[in-house]
Parts: sequence; C-alpha cells; structure tokens
Amino acid sequence: MFKVLDSAVPIACWSCSIGHNDSTLFCPHCSKIQPPPGGDYFSVFGLEPRLGLDLPALEHEFHRLSRKVHPDRFARAGENERQWSLADTALLNDAYRTLKDPLHRTEYLLKLEGAEIGPDLSAESAAADGKDRKDPSRVPADLLEEVFELNMQLEEMRMARKMGETDAGLQPSLEQAKRRFDGLLVEVDQNLRIQWQVWDEGDAAARKKAEKTMVGLLDRRRYLSNLVRDVTETLGA
Amino acid sequence: MAEGRVVGIDLGTTNSLVAYMQGDAPVVIPGVDGSNLVPSVVALDPVPAGGGRPTVTVGNTARKALIETPERVIYSVKRLMGRGLQEIQDELKLFPFRLAEDVETGEVPRIRLGELKFTPPEISAYILRQLKRNAERFFGAPVTQAVITVPAYFNDAQRQATKDAGRMAGLEVLRLVNEPTAAALAYGLDREKVGTIAVYDLGGGTFDISILKLRDGIFEVQSTNGDTHLGGDDIDNLLLAIALDEIHAEHGVDLRVHPGAVQALRKAAIDVKISLSTEPVARFDIELPNGDRYQREIPRAVFELLIEPVLARTAGPCKQALTDAGITPEQIDEVVLVGGSTRIPAVRQLVDDLFHLKARGKRPHIELNPDEVVALGAAVQADILAGASKSTEEMLLLDVTPLSLGIEALGGTVARIIQRNSTIPASATEHFTTGVDGQTNVAIHVVQGERELAADCRSLARFDLRGIPPMSAGLPRIEVKFLIDADGILHVSAREQRSGQVAQIEVKATYGLTDEQVESMILDSFDHAEEDFAKRLLIEARNEAETILAAVERAPESPAWNQLRGEEQEAIAAARNRLASVKQGEDAAAIRDATLALDQATRRFAELMMEAAVTSAIRGKTMEAAGVDLGEAVTAPHAMAPAEFK
Ligand SMILES: [Zn+2]
Repeated sequence: MFKVLDSAVPIACWSCSIGHNDSTLFCPHCSKIQPPPGGDYFSVFGLEPRLGLDLPALEHEFHRLSRKVHPDRFARAGENERQWSLADTALLNDAYRTLKDPLHRTEYLLKLEGAEIGPDLSAESAAADGKDRKDPSRVPADLLEEVFELNMQLEEMRMARKMGETDAGLQPSLEQAKRRFDGLLVEVDQNLRIQWQVWDEGDAAARKKAEKTMVGLLDRRRYLSNLVRDVTETLGA
Repeated sequence: MAEGRVVGIDLGTTNSLVAYMQGDAPVVIPGVDGSNLVPSVVALDPVPAGGGRPTVTVGNTARKALIETPERVIYSVKRLMGRGLQEIQDELKLFPFRLAEDVETGEVPRIRLGELKFTPPEISAYILRQLKRNAERFFGAPVTQAVITVPAYFNDAQRQATKDAGRMAGLEVLRLVNEPTAAALAYGLDREKVGTIAVYDLGGGTFDISILKLRDGIFEVQSTNGDTHLGGDDIDNLLLAIALDEIHAEHGVDLRVHPGAVQALRKAAIDVKISLSTEPVARFDIELPNGDRYQREIPRAVFELLIEPVLARTAGPCKQALTDAGITPEQIDEVVLVGGSTRIPAVRQLVDDLFHLKARGKRPHIELNPDEVVALGAAVQADILAGASKSTEEMLLLDVTPLSLGIEALGGTVARIIQRNSTIPASATEHFTTGVDGQTNVAIHVVQGERELAADCRSLARFDLRGIPPMSAGLPRIEVKFLIDADGILHVSAREQRSGQVAQIEVKATYGLTDEQVESMILDSFDHAEEDFAKRLLIEARNEAETILAAVERAPESPAWNQLRGEEQEAIAAARNRLASVKQGEDAAAIRDATLALDQATRRFAELMMEAAVTSAIRGKTMEAAGVDLGEAVTAPHAMAPAEFK
C-alpha cells in the first residue's frame, strides 16, 4: 500500500511547461498524461453536468480514453507517469460507472448541486437498508397503510415457512403486492425522467425546484426497491 | 529498467507454464525435457553428504519424489496462497501439507518440507524460478519481467502473495491477469469479435466464471464469480476416498498410514478420471502389500453420479455472474472452456445446460488446448504491456474486482465502498472523524466480501490513522482514499482535511508478508547476475549432464535394465559417450542437445523403472527395493507424464 500522489492542480504541464486547464487527462500541447484533474465526473468526458446522456456516445468516449490512459499503456513508463495513469484511470472508471447508471448519475449530480440526499447508493450497507425500511418516519405518507399491511403479511409468511407450513392465501396476495410496488417503481422512474428534462433545460429556479422533487423521488425509489427486494426474497425463500 | 522480453506465466494449482509472443502468435516455452507443462510440485532433495542446504527441485523431477519421499514434497500449494491459519484447516485434512508446529495465528503459515520450513509464496517462487530459467534457456538471455495469471476470484491477499512470489523469484510482475480473462485474450487474438462471451474455467483447484463484452479490441469484463477452492483436485479426492475405503473394508489394509502409497493410489485415481473422459469404463488394478489385488471397475455413469455435487457447485457462480452482468443465458454469444477439468463430458453437458448452447445450435470453444490457453493469454497481455507489437496495439483489457470492498461500521456491519464487478483501477473516498475529544487515532478495518457482517467477510487490513491534531470529537475530517489497482490490489492513503495534515497510516495486513520478510526470502542471488548469464547457462547445462550421466551409470544395476532390448542398451551407451565428451566443451547448447538425446534414449527405461516404483510403493516397499534410484533431473520427467490430461 502506498500514498496516492496528491491531486494538486497543475498550473502548467509537467512535461512541456505550457499552461492548460485543469479538467484534462492529457496535455493539449504535448499529449503527455497529466495528474488527475480536479473537475467533476462530467468534465472527465468533456461534458457539462446534465441528466439526459447519450449512453452509446458515453461508452465510446470511455473506450477511447481508456485506450490512452490505462496503466497497460504505461507499464514501462517512469514512476510518475505510471502513478498518474493509475489515478487517472481510476477516476475515469469511477466516472463512467457513476454516469452510466441513471440513479447513480442523478444522485451524483444532486450532490454536486449541494442537495442533501439519503444514504449514498455507493456506500450503502445491507444492514442500513433494513433499518431504513423499519423506520416509520421514512415510509412515504401515501403508502403507510399498505406498507403496514405488507409487513404483517411478510412476517406471517416467514413464520409459516419456519414452521414448515404453506399458507395458500398469502402467496397470491404477496405476489399482487409485488406487482403493485413494481408498478409504483416504474412510475417513479418515469417521473424522474421528466425531472431530468426539466433540470437539463430549465433556468436556475426551475433547476432548484427539480432538484427538490428528485431528492423526494430518490427517497421514494430507494424505499420501494428495498420493499420489492424483501417481498421477492420472502417469496423465493 | 531492462527492456528485455516480457513473458506470460500461468502459475497453476496442478501445472505451470510460461509463454511468449512469437511474432503475432503466443507460444508455450517447453522445459528442458521438451514438455510444455511444469507440474506445480516442489521437492527438497536429501541433505548433501557433506552437510549444507539441500537443493530444491521442481516439476516432473519433484513429482517422482512424491512416491519415494512424500515428506519432502509439496504440490497444490496454490490452495494455501494468501490464506491464514484458520482458513487452511480444510485443506490440511484433504492434502498432505505438513504445517510447521510453531506457526501462530496471524502469521503466514509455514509448511514443513523435510528439515526446512517454507511459506506458500516461497514454494511458488521456486516454481516461478524454474519457469524463468526455462524461458532464459530458450531465449539464451535473461528474463526479468512477467505477467502472472491468478484466478479471477482471488482476493487481495492471494494476489499480493502471488506478487510476492514473483519478487522472490527475481521477476518484476508487470501485471496480474485473471485467468479467464487471459483465456479470452488468447481466443480473441485471431478474430475480430464483437459480442458477449462467457469463460468457464475449471482448473485443478479453482473455479472461475467471467462474462466479457468484446468490441473493437476492447475486452471489457462485465462480471466475474467463482470459488477459489473447487477443481479437479476435489474430483481426484472423491475417487481416492472410494479406493482407500474399499481397500480397507475388503482387504483389511489401511493405506492411509503410508503417504507414499496414498500418492501412488492418487496417481491411479487421476488415470481413472482421465480415461473416463474418453472411455465408458475405467478400472483400478493395484497390487496390495498383503499380495491381494484391488480391482475395481468404475463406469462413467457411476463417476458422473459421484462428481455431480462437485460440478453442481459451479452452477451458482455462473447464474450470479449472469445476473450481475444483467443478461440472460441466451445473450451469451460464445462460451470458452478453460482448465483440464473441462475435458470431462459431464462438465461440458453442464455448461451446455447453463448457457442453452445446443438448443441455439452452438458449441463451446475448445480449439485451444485448455491446459495452455491461460498461459497463451498471459503472453498476449505481456505483449500488450511491452507495447512494442503491431498485433496487440489495438487490444485493451478492462477487468473488474471480483469482491466488494467494505469498511467495518458500528455494530460490526459492513459499509461497502467499492462494489464487486467495478472496473479496475477503481477508487473510493471516505471521511472519518473522532468520537472522543482530543482523540488522535482512528482505527479502520477493511474487509472484502459480500456478507453483511464484517466477521463473515475476509479481513484485508486493519489500519490506524495516527497523528490527528487534538480537536473536539467529530471535528477532525480525515479523508481516506481507497484505490484498487489494475492487479486487483488495494492501496490506501489518508489526509486530515481541517488541519491539512497528511495523517500517518500504519497498515497491518491481516494476512501476508511484510516487505522486509519478502526481501529476506528472495531466492539465490546468482539468478540476478545478468553479466554471468552465459556462464550460468553453461554451469546449469553441465549440472544437468552430470545428473543424467550419474543415473545412467547406475542403470545396469536395475532389474529394469535387463528388460531392455540389446539395441536399446547400445543406443543408451552411444548417447552417454557423446554427452560425456561434449560436456568437456564450453558450448552450453551442444551439451543440452546431447543431454536431451540421452534423455530420449532412456525414455523407455525410465518408464519401466517408474512402473516398478509405483507397484512397490503401494506394496509398501521403498524405491531402493525396486531397483536403483534413477537420479534427479532430466531422465525422470516422462515417468509420471501419463498422469497429465492428454
Ligand atoms: Zn504538455
């Protein structure tokens, strides 16, 4: 284990000494690899922050940059260039992984904009999810009654399973609940997409409003998908 | 840095190989005996008459000693790489590893070999050194840089142990490549492929499944899964157990107390397994110490029933890999089979079922020898890294980390910071603070695995953030950066942000050797003396010649000698005389050629000797009783060679 080189912003290229902006992996003048730039994930791909992305184009750019920056291309380079290649590629991979996934992308952009959102998707623990679901304050208000009902049924189902019994009535009713919540998830995703467009095309005020809506939608989505996972696991057990 | 050749090495559980890129095609470099496979077996020769440190032999020579002096031989050491004392208890039951008595929890286990003790990376280093020498002999030039393959599902500690072994062997490991990915590279070289492929890799001791997307020369791994303790060894053990039990029950003989006999029986079990891949029935036919014969027919149907549970354990990882890649079996365009165990028809049937191949008019790829394909792929990756060749300049491998990386949180739960199947290099930044006023240390426990509780995951490292400026609880903000490099190995750095101080980190790897320990285990330094290279080649060639000449000198004392025809004995004498005269000269290549010629001439004699030795080992006699010792080095190789998958 070693110390990763500090990601200080270079004022000038280490190789040709010509100044360049900070968001580039390569010197625009001499093409030499640069230390990890300080910009956001979007800038790695030369993009302004936005939510609607052309995914095939993003993949193409990811491959193009990977070919240039990957440690395989620097196996016999000097120590500094090897370290920068490693750090730059990690940044490129982290950026691609985050941006290609619609939910991670949305969360990331909201965080960039300073929004306070629920537990980070990338750092969540399964145990924390469980707590999340059982905390009544986190249940979306319009679903309180249904969720209460569903949790009772899940509990019954688990008990029955433990005793080695099968409750003929529970299975279809849980399956129905799963379909219902799956449907709600699709609805959330549709709403998120609408907000993406609002954000991408709106002015500052519209963006702030969309951000607030999306934070709510992401909370709801996280809640719903944990619920669906619980039901699926119980049904499949 | 030396700009010599970069070789590709498959450091396998059962066999190891070294390959390089010849023009635009990868080829395996044979050993001095002409064989491409070097058995991953290491033996300690007897202590020299005048005292001193005994020599270590590797490969077929070492495998011969398995029957003769099993307590001085070790095989399948890959199963122990990067693992702690608790983790290897199961292996100790199944394999004849003799643990040193003084190993303490938290230490890297040491294995007893005769009167000496070795860590698993040291044993692997001997195998790597043999491969390095084979390559140097082949090129007539030093080799100092290599790509080494590891099972995709190897964790951080297992990868680090492999890199340590490389360093001990005098090799700069430019990259660790995952075995299934290497296989995909070997296959992907000769065709312009676009599509999704699955690599099913069932080797001697490990199972991997990887799913890759190919596009414009980019090999992008989508997901990987596996089991680092599942392979052909497990199948051998099932057959061996049956034979041992039946011999005990039916003939009242407990062979388990004779390690040499168990090894001979294991060889017979492997032969049965191999022949069942092509024959409907195979048989044990072995003479026992009490004069009885153990004769047992194993029909293929019975064999398939027996191994079904082992094979079934590969299905779960395959399904998980598909799920993680977000695809169905029908979306897999091609399946590549890797590893000797994929020659078993039942394995091919299982693969067909898992990926719905026959139904779609497809067959798995077996065009490249499954024992060699990983080494060939390693050579391709070596060529990519050397960056000097047209044939690979468009190729790039984007691999993933097989296991999630997490930090132990309050209550012993795991907070995942890098998810499994993330493309590597990958990084994550986490912030930590203090819980008590004036606290200057924060302890962090890093784990690898998919379980919810840290105690159920693999502990990677514990480290202490030290030198935090004393502040009120919760005020310090320590930024810790975790970075998994292109070898799948974790690096950590930290910084206290409020004071701007770079926090000191003291990392204590949960398992593994320290830098100083690795340094102290670097094998004999004459390997590094590049200026003496030609001299070294000559010395080695002469040593090999001496060894075989000594063995041939004693040959007429053996009963097997009289089984040779007159012209065979004459041919041996002629080859011996030629070698004896060439050996006086300075031409290493000529000495090697003459050695090889004598080796060829004695091939049938060696086989006859080995037959006698195996029989006598099972009957409880020693090698000496069966005839003279054949000696070490080049004559022995073929003796056990039929035990290979062919
Ligand atoms: Zn420049």
